Amino acid sequence: MIETKKFTSLFRLALRRLLFLVCLGLCGALVSATLVRFAPGYGVEERELDPRWSASSVEALRRQQALHQGLPSFYFHYLSALAHGDLGESDSLKRPVRELLRQRLPVTGNSVLRGLGLAWLAASFLALLGLASRGWLFEASATAFNSLLLSLPSAVVAMLAVHLRTPVFCAIAVVVFPRLYSYIRNLLLRAYDQPYVLAARARGLASRVILCRHVLPLAAPPLLALLGVSFAISFGAAIPIEALCDSPGLGQLAWHAALGRDLPLIVNVTLVVSLVMLAANFFADLAGRTFAGSAP
Amino acid sequence: MIRRVSAVFSLAIALCSPAFVAAQSAGQSGGELHFCLHGEPKTFNPLLVEDGQSETIRYLTGGVLIRLNRQTQALEPGLAVSWKVSEQGRRISFRLRSGLHFSDGTPFISEDVAYTMKALMDPQLHSPTGDSFRSGEGQIAVQTPSADTIVVTFPAPVAGLERLFDQVAILSAHSPKKEMAVLGPFYVADYNPGSYVLLRRNPNYWKKDKDGKPLPYLDSIRLDIQRNHDIEILRFRRGEIHLINSLDADLFDRLQKESPAAAHDAGPSLDSEQLWFNQVPTAAPPDYKKAWFRSTEFRKAISLAINRADLSRIVYAGHARPAYGPISPANHFWFNSALPAPQYDSAAALRLLARAGFRFDGSTLRDGLGNRVEFTVITSTGNKPREQMVAMIQQDLSQIGIKVNMVTLDFPSLIERITRTYDYEACLLGLTNSDIDPNSQMNVWLSSAENHQWNPRQSKPATAWEAEIDRLMQAQASATSDKKRKADWDRVQQIAAEQQPFIYLINRDAMSAISPAVIGSAPSVLDPHAFWNADVLRLGPDPSLGAQK
Amino acid sequence: MKPLQKVAASILCAIFVLMVLATFFLPAHYARQFRDIPNAGPSTAHLLGTDALGRDSLSRLLYGTRVSLLLAPAAALLSTLIASLLGSAAGLLGGWFERIVLAATDLSLALPWLFLLLVVRALLPLDVPPLVSVVIAFLMMGLLGWQASVRVICAAARGVRDSDFLLLARSSGCKPARLLLRHVAPNLRPLFYAQFLISIPLFILTEANLSILGLGVMEPMPSWGNLMRGLEDFSLLSANPWRLVPLVLLVIVVMCFQLVLPSQEVTQ
Repeated sequence: MIETKKFTSLFRLALRRLLFLVCLGLCGALVSATLVRFAPGYGVEERELDPRWSASSVEALRRQQALHQGLPSFYFHYLSALAHGDLGESDSLKRPVRELLRQRLPVTGNSVLRGLGLAWLAASFLALLGLASRGWLFEASATAFNSLLLSLPSAVVAMLAVHLRTPVFCAIAVVVFPRLYSYIRNLLLRAYDQPYVLAARARGLASRVILCRHVLPLAAPPLLALLGVSFAISFGAAIPIEALCDSPGLGQLAWHAALGRDLPLIVNVTLVVSLVMLAANFFADLAGRTFAGSAP
Repeated sequence: MIRRVSAVFSLAIALCSPAFVAAQSAGQSGGELHFCLHGEPKTFNPLLVEDGQSETIRYLTGGVLIRLNRQTQALEPGLAVSWKVSEQGRRISFRLRSGLHFSDGTPFISEDVAYTMKALMDPQLHSPTGDSFRSGEGQIAVQTPSADTIVVTFPAPVAGLERLFDQVAILSAHSPKKEMAVLGPFYVADYNPGSYVLLRRNPNYWKKDKDGKPLPYLDSIRLDIQRNHDIEILRFRRGEIHLINSLDADLFDRLQKESPAAAHDAGPSLDSEQLWFNQVPTAAPPDYKKAWFRSTEFRKAISLAINRADLSRIVYAGHARPAYGPISPANHFWFNSALPAPQYDSAAALRLLARAGFRFDGSTLRDGLGNRVEFTVITSTGNKPREQMVAMIQQDLSQIGIKVNMVTLDFPSLIERITRTYDYEACLLGLTNSDIDPNSQMNVWLSSAENHQWNPRQSKPATAWEAEIDRLMQAQASATSDKKRKADWDRVQQIAAEQQPFIYLINRDAMSAISPAVIGSAPSVLDPHAFWNADVLRLGPDPSLGAQK
Repeated sequence: MKPLQKVAASILCAIFVLMVLATFFLPAHYARQFRDIPNAGPSTAHLLGTDALGRDSLSRLLYGTRVSLLLAPAAALLSTLIASLLGSAAGLLGGWFERIVLAATDLSLALPWLFLLLVVRALLPLDVPPLVSVVIAFLMMGLLGWQASVRVICAAARGVRDSDFLLLARSSGCKPARLLLRHVAPNLRPLFYAQFLISIPLFILTEANLSILGLGVMEPMPSWGNLMRGLEDFSLLSANPWRLVPLVLLVIVVMCFQLVLPSQEVTQ
């Protein structure tokens, strides 16, 4: 009885929070719209510099730009169109934003998920190896390697990925892996040093049993929280990396939209990115707090 | 049995081998040419083309009445067998080829040309191609006396009328496919946004080679959308793409070291890089600075103090020539060869400045009122040659005591400053010229026009020399012969050299990369440098690989 | 301190001293172009060769080290101040204020901050001296980089709020101002220091990333990121390995910072 009550209250809490998140995402989108609208260079086209245009054509071009001028009316139209599922049309690419997002989001999602998976695999493997060996040489070299990866600017990682012709998700994995490794390692070390785990080891239980039955359940909640945060990190890192590697994903779209002052595109891309990051951090928080009682 | 089989086999090989050898030596027919576009094409409608990528697709798919041969710079018959310009450039009559069809089979008749011209000259349509023909108010009149003749009459004489038809791709009036039905060597078969455009061979293309074989030789062209220039050159090195239409100087040098046969420098192109000062009277900079920028001696002194030879040697690794005027020496007919060559002389610059009331005390230059001469040059972000040129100009001008600051801005902010707010002091930008005929620069030299960058949209000319240039521009637009026009343009170039409203720095070379596997290429200084003759290009065995492609 | 940490700390001190001394011994002005010898290799006159415009690479590296190593802590200070104020307020007050601050933190990570930097650069008046524009660039980074520390500080402040000694102080009638000054701040101060030290390498890396994209320190002033723009040409690197020196220096310094500092929670 108490369990179901707890579950339903949790569910309602989650729902309320999600609604809050969506509103927050929309706020973020509108803030970026304001930024773009009042940024210098809005409403100006590179085409104006072409000397072949006649004076009347340039006038017509400028009149077209002026249509976007009213910010409150833009908010109103954007939100009402959003309610119908219409995300507007990109100014610079002349295609519906929904179609653009539908093409680019899977590419980014693919790189992010694969990069994240690779980073988690590598980090967990290395952390477990460290636990198994516990020698100072391994620890020193692992720490050095980790620091090295953490010290590379992500722009340099992206350049390396381009030159070595590795796919984008490898670059994302390289950026995320060091942050994961140190945290996972500390977590596992602390879990292994718990008194009852020590007792289990003293009693001579197999290390596999210790790992599965005692350590992992202890470390699971903060690891879940870490999952959410690492997703947000890799999504955030994916955007500049994709822009540099010229991969046809969300990052390149965002960069192009910022440079071209493409208002509808920036608003929608910000909406998507903020929703993803907010959701990821929210689930991380939820996982952390739900199991707060059982955390070390 | 085995001996018979092997005998038949060797006979078969013997019979095939001459053909095989012949095919190899002539180059394979067919094949797919790969190269890159630097962005998404914005439109497939040839009348609305404004950006470089759409123009590439228009060049490869559009059939034109008159084609400018990029190599000889002479006009050749295209869809029109012959043409005649009369009434001093107001009327042009064409005799068209008969029996031609669009890529989808629709027959080509003069009505299609009429439809295209009327759509192009529609006042509601705003495109650079259409605007080039608009020399005066009024509608055009089109007559089609027969299925293969057409007469177009313009409201006012159009300078360089024939050359402008190189940009007009003929649309079909009746085809259900609208603008996708084309008369050029290729047609758009597939478009994957963000990824590639696939062009396939047009079986109905009218041109044949001298043996009577139908052109083009290639089966298809695949244009990958690739913005990053470093990735593009990486792919070229790996053999994934066959050509790069325009290369930067440092990438060119990189490539030349590795594969000299692939890197081509066709000589100085029509593009230029120039520096100009803000001469708008109501602009933001303080009055004493505006007084400097409006002083002819100041501008000429700056021009004398800049070492253009160093700019071309260091920034462009020698792949550029110092420039002094709006027309590049590559433009054989229109270039005024009587112009003095650009000079580098700091002492002469200081003398000129002294005459204008400036004082140089050995380390700083001050004007007549005692203000230190200092200004900021804005240029576009992400363009390394421009940033390097400003850095070099900083050092050159510091030798005559002038302090130059550099600010790089992204393009929209830059354009806003130079076209709307006029909140800048000096600007360094380049001009990409695709047209030999300087009439396309009309909007740069007319003082009332938009692109008169240093002081646009004047209600009446601010200086006597600008009034003189206005008069010359109007004269050349309605001149009857090319010789008269050239005399006018020579005078314009002379005034530009005397007054230096634009301080021209260099003319870049036209550099391209073409894989040895591409047979028949002849890189030219006019755009498109590497594939202007796409219909006669072939893919053959790459000698460096020693195998077939 | 572990031996590894001692080594890292001594390397950092050595680099810092070298940097301070070097400003008095710059071989040539960092903007001076020796136009006869562009892209030259190492020689007695130019120990690390020259760059594409003939400027002495060693001078540019030393000056760039000064720019990056002095301004990154300034940016870190600014961001830590903002994060401390926001984070501790959120943690102490709790409830909806905390939720809003945390949500705003996540949201600001999603905003197109590259665009913000573009905008700020475009808005600056044109006659600003280059040094001032560099300082402004780092200040902007500081203003935009506070998100990383807020969560950690907020969690710690929450812990302090729920602690026993604070409850005791409140129940004894301690006024809020005194509470903050005497009880909360001393407990949170070590965390602020730690976050400040942790942010420094992050800002060094951020500046490098931005300058590679062309949005950081403007030419001709050198910085580590600026000097690494020449790395895009990998094929030349095997012939001119001395071009990697700025990257190697950056990696060493950031690694040393990380080894010296205590290990921390995962930050973004």
